[in-house]
Amino acid sequence: MKKTLLTLLVTLPVAAWSASASNWPMEEFEGDLQNLPSLQNGFKLYANYCLGCHGLQFQRYERTADDLGIPHDLAMKNLVFTDQKIGDLMTTSMPKEASKAWFGAAPPDLTMVTRVREPDWVYNYLKTFYVDENRPLGVNNKVFANVGMPNVLLDLQGVQREVCTDGVCDQLVLEAGTGAMTAAEFDSAIYDLTNFLYYVSEPARLERQRTGVFVLLFLIILGSFTYLLNREYWKDIEH
Amino acid sequence: MDKSETQSTNSGLAGAMEWIDKRFPATETFEYHMSRYYAPKNFNFWYYFGFLAMFVLVNQLVTGVWLTMNYVPSGDGAFASVEYIMRDVEYGWLMRYLHSTGASFFFVVVYLHMYRALRYGSYRGPRELLWLIGMAIFIALMAEGFFGYLLPWGNMSYWGAQVIVSLFGAIPYIGPDLMEWIRGDFLMSETTLNRFFALHVVALPLVLCILIFVHIVALHHVGSNNPDGIEIKKDKDENGVPRDGIPFHPYYTVHDIHAMVVFLFIFCAVVFFAPEMGGYFLEKPNFEMADPLKTPDHIAPVWYYTPFYAMLRAATFPLFGLSAKFWGFVVMIGAIVIPAALPWLDRSPVKSMRYKGSISRMMLTLFVISFFILGYLGTQAPSKAGTIAAQVCTAIYFAYFILMPWYTRVEKTQPEPERVTV
Repeated sequence: MKKTLLTLLVTLPVAAWSASASNWPMEEFEGDLQNLPSLQNGFKLYANYCLGCHGLQFQRYERTADDLGIPHDLAMKNLVFTDQKIGDLMTTSMPKEASKAWFGAAPPDLTMVTRVREPDWVYNYLKTFYVDENRPLGVNNKVFANVGMPNVLLDLQGVQREVCTDGVCDQLVLEAGTGAMTAAEFDSAIYDLTNFLYYVSEPARLERQRTGVFVLLFLIILGSFTYLLNREYWKDIEH
Repeated sequence: MDKSETQSTNSGLAGAMEWIDKRFPATETFEYHMSRYYAPKNFNFWYYFGFLAMFVLVNQLVTGVWLTMNYVPSGDGAFASVEYIMRDVEYGWLMRYLHSTGASFFFVVVYLHMYRALRYGSYRGPRELLWLIGMAIFIALMAEGFFGYLLPWGNMSYWGAQVIVSLFGAIPYIGPDLMEWIRGDFLMSETTLNRFFALHVVALPLVLCILIFVHIVALHHVGSNNPDGIEIKKDKDENGVPRDGIPFHPYYTVHDIHAMVVFLFIFCAVVFFAPEMGGYFLEKPNFEMADPLKTPDHIAPVWYYTPFYAMLRAATFPLFGLSAKFWGFVVMIGAIVIPAALPWLDRSPVKSMRYKGSISRMMLTLFVISFFILGYLGTQAPSKAGTIAAQVCTAIYFAYFILMPWYTRVEKTQPEPERVTV
């Protein structure tokens, strides 16, 4: 009784919480932090395609390599392209002021992008770049309208165009053979990349949940003793 | 004091205790507050939350100390230092989540603790002063939470604090200067962060601890109320012990220890599995660093202030040449402070809701419902329907207090029992 009441009081406002604001039909994303190959591939993609502009300024190479099961020397050889050390923060080498002049706004740091937005948002954002000649960089995005970022993954995904029926443009079609990856390969790559960012947003998540299970089990055992202790003291009291 | 008075007659542990007791009232204090403090034996579910509030306070103090070891109160460093705690400090994530979840749970248990007082008339004589001290604790707690909320230096921290501080700007004549004085700058800045840090980490915890100490001294002087709202001290046995009383220790200590474990289970379920609580305990824009040039889409305070925030926004028209914003501020302050008048508003011959009449019950129910609705509305972006709903609920909120002298006198009450019902 007590528990349900408290839980109810605590969780009640959550029911009122509504999800994302964009009206693009979002594909669902379910992160998997146990999937090390996926996270390692995501790290590789990030280092090659993203880190040049977007830093992960609160996360260290060493922590990432350790959590993802990558030996330090391998990480240094294949994932660190600057003269940074393994214990350094994964900052970008792009100068902030210059990038502001180039793009209109400095590319944001992405350490916590999946917590500021949703992992789903990132996943769908990366998949919905399309050709739009009216934009300065020739591309637009379905999830982030009029985005100022170029389509960095174009050579992997290929050319994508929007299809409109009756003025409603809710479909994107890929031009076959224009990208280095098949649609399925690209989906899987974006999954890995998003999964990696999901990890980076809170590297302690797995440890937190693992610890939590033991804490709750311990409390159940402790609780049965405190229950019996209480009953023992009160058994002679008329109440 | 001659030598014989300070020398122990016993040896070992008993001797040591005797040695201490001659110099410090250890046993006497323990007996007065614990083993010979007689609490009514009919406490129910609602009587756990005072103890739980103290338990959460200890959690906040301990985790707060550890967070302070690595937190940097500067404009450049604050946000990064929180992430440093989350990533590079051993179990830093745990300290941080215990503290952030603890803040929300502090208000959960304090609101339930206050509801208990409304339900059983715990604010009535001879406990008026106890209630007033409690109100002071509540206000200090709100201030403590407000100052602490700025410290992570996230974008919602920044803009939330900006909105609240700007309320002072609505006060005629002195408003703008007062605002500048609070911030210590022309806008929210590192100076503001530094002083909020000092207030959050030193000043208000000190105030809170002193007030809570005084609250307990007052409680143990007048004795606890109970669900029947009758005074157990009126019926004592030949030893002067209330017949319906029971020593707090061990009976209620074992009670509270079990309650603590049940509470911890729920608390830890949130800490370990849902520390963001769907964006209610940790808000999404707060994972982005404070940016004076980038206002979040929708600024709302943390959930525990939203009932009062909704009342603030419910004032939508100027009056007597003063702005609607100023009146909103007045309504909000009024809503926070008005419960302090309860001991003098309640004219019922009985204390407990068990024996009060149907109007009292209905008013309390409406009051609780409107408080929940206001809390919900405060989290939402303003809308026309929402504003009307907030105005209705604000009216109910105040009616509960203002009409109390009337409805507690006219309604038919039931007779209180002679002894507590168990």
